[in-house]
Amino acid sequence: MIGRRSWLVFSALVFGFAFLYVPIVSMVIYSFNASRLVTVWDSVNSPTVAWYVELFSNHEVLDAARLSFQIASVNATGAVILGTLAAFALERYTRFRGRALFQLLTTAPMVLPEVITGLSLLLLFVALEQWVGWPSGRGATTITIAHMTFSMAYVIVVVQSRLATVDRSLEEAAMDLGARPRKVFFVITLPLIAPAIASGWILAFILSWDDIVITSFVSGPGSTTLPQLIFSKVRLGVSPDINALATILVLIVTIGVSVLGYYMIRRDRRLLREAQAVMEATP
Amino acid sequence: MIRSLGRIGRGGEAGLGRWFVIALPYFWLALFFLVPFLIVLKIAFSNVQLSMPPVEPVVTWATDKVLQVRLHFANFAFVLGDSLYLAAFLNSIQIAAISTLLALLLGYPMAYGIARASGTWRNILFLFVVLPFFTSFLLRVYAWLGLLGRNGPVNGLLLKLHLISEPLQLLQTPFAVYLGMVYSYLPFMVLPLYSAIEKLDLTLLEAAADLGCRPTRAFFAITLPLTREGIFAGCLLVFIPAVGEYVIPALLGGPDTLMIGRVVWDEFFGNRDWPVASALAIILLAVLSGFVLLLQKVQSREGAGP
Repeated sequence: MIGRRSWLVFSALVFGFAFLYVPIVSMVIYSFNASRLVTVWDSVNSPTVAWYVELFSNHEVLDAARLSFQIASVNATGAVILGTLAAFALERYTRFRGRALFQLLTTAPMVLPEVITGLSLLLLFVALEQWVGWPSGRGATTITIAHMTFSMAYVIVVVQSRLATVDRSLEEAAMDLGARPRKVFFVITLPLIAPAIASGWILAFILSWDDIVITSFVSGPGSTTLPQLIFSKVRLGVSPDINALATILVLIVTIGVSVLGYYMIRRDRRLLREAQAVMEATP
Repeated sequence: MIRSLGRIGRGGEAGLGRWFVIALPYFWLALFFLVPFLIVLKIAFSNVQLSMPPVEPVVTWATDKVLQVRLHFANFAFVLGDSLYLAAFLNSIQIAAISTLLALLLGYPMAYGIARASGTWRNILFLFVVLPFFTSFLLRVYAWLGLLGRNGPVNGLLLKLHLISEPLQLLQTPFAVYLGMVYSYLPFMVLPLYSAIEKLDLTLLEAAADLGCRPTRAFFAITLPLTREGIFAGCLLVFIPAVGEYVIPALLGGPDTLMIGRVVWDEFFGNRDWPVASALAIILLAVLSGFVLLLQKVQSREGAGP
């Protein structure tokens, strides 16, 4: 009985991970395919790096990547500032007027379909332009504002869960020693929640870097992000340089996550060792 | 005395700081999240007109002393009366529900396996579930375009195995949409399930085994009910975005997999009918809110039970 069940779990793991990774691996393999027909393997001239060369000489792609990187960085920084403030407000100020509405506003962007968020933000920008003349037209600015609005919700979740575990007595001790609230925040609280802020920044960056639906609603002529460029190319069918682009992006993410994972595993082991040392030292 | 004066001074600064900490994000979310909804609601009651923006103003000054508010209910009547929109709604809910179920059936044993793996393996497997989430969603959906194409590897393999005699039409089918949905949202299902299963007290299962309970029965009597919260969370995280999904049906689906996200998009960009797109968005929002409330009610009732 136990054997049969662990067999079921094992095969689900194998099948599940194969399902998750076969498409990604196939993109990597086909990016070295010489044939322009993406799915037909040209065994004579492959492997080739021709698509990578083409990619790096394509100004459209490079410009879009630069714009996406710029929007994602500004968005992540803004979302982290607003998100940390909001997390602090939710975690530390348990009573203020309109708190229930505030809580709703901070969680709703995560579950709302992107089509609705995008549509409503575009209608807002159009209305604002009519009323106050800002923003005149749509582009990088409106995209960044839209991205900040939905990615700060994710930052709040990450930072708030970390804030909840911070030992309040450290902050109280600093207050008792005469530190002003602002100083307590920057000297005590901020360093303690720094890992969560860093994860929040990365998460917000990726959400923005990846977004297509909301971006399509709030972008204007002359501001094409990388996902928008990919989407317009992909709608016309598969194309080999997209495979090359995907491979580069997958490579960057894999290296990043591996380094992060290695660091996390090592830190876990170190903490375990330290805890054991403490336990052995105490009689 | 001096001490207490200092306290008061500090209290003033803290009050200002507190006000700033709350007001800044609150103002941002109100302006860029709450107000837009009110505008969508307003435009849903408007009418199409040839101008930029292509909608009739709802509130106008009829004369300089009469403020006129004209609400058109025609958009809602039109949307609710047209069988195309109803079909798109039902289709979206059906596709999202079946995809959620499939993701649960695959995700549960995966999460179980990861939670039960030994230390280092667990960390590695966990990272491998998270990794696809960090890789572009669009590119992961795109990968299936290549795999499922007429000359793609899937058809190639089936032909080689003599399971089929000519390439199958796999793209632009409901099958491709289900595949894309489960594929894209599987990590969202696995992560909450994993944290629920990991928290499970193993001594309960040992006790059940000692009392002669078979593993299968123990699973349904202990493991499944105790990980219910993870199941609810996972299903919600998959179902809600899946209902409004646009990219997957647009790339992998065909004419018979019309989903509401795509209809809103087409009404807006294709027909430039902002009022109808807004009305559809309002109805979609109402439907989804209904689902969330229903699920919360079911969950709280079960949680209150024995």
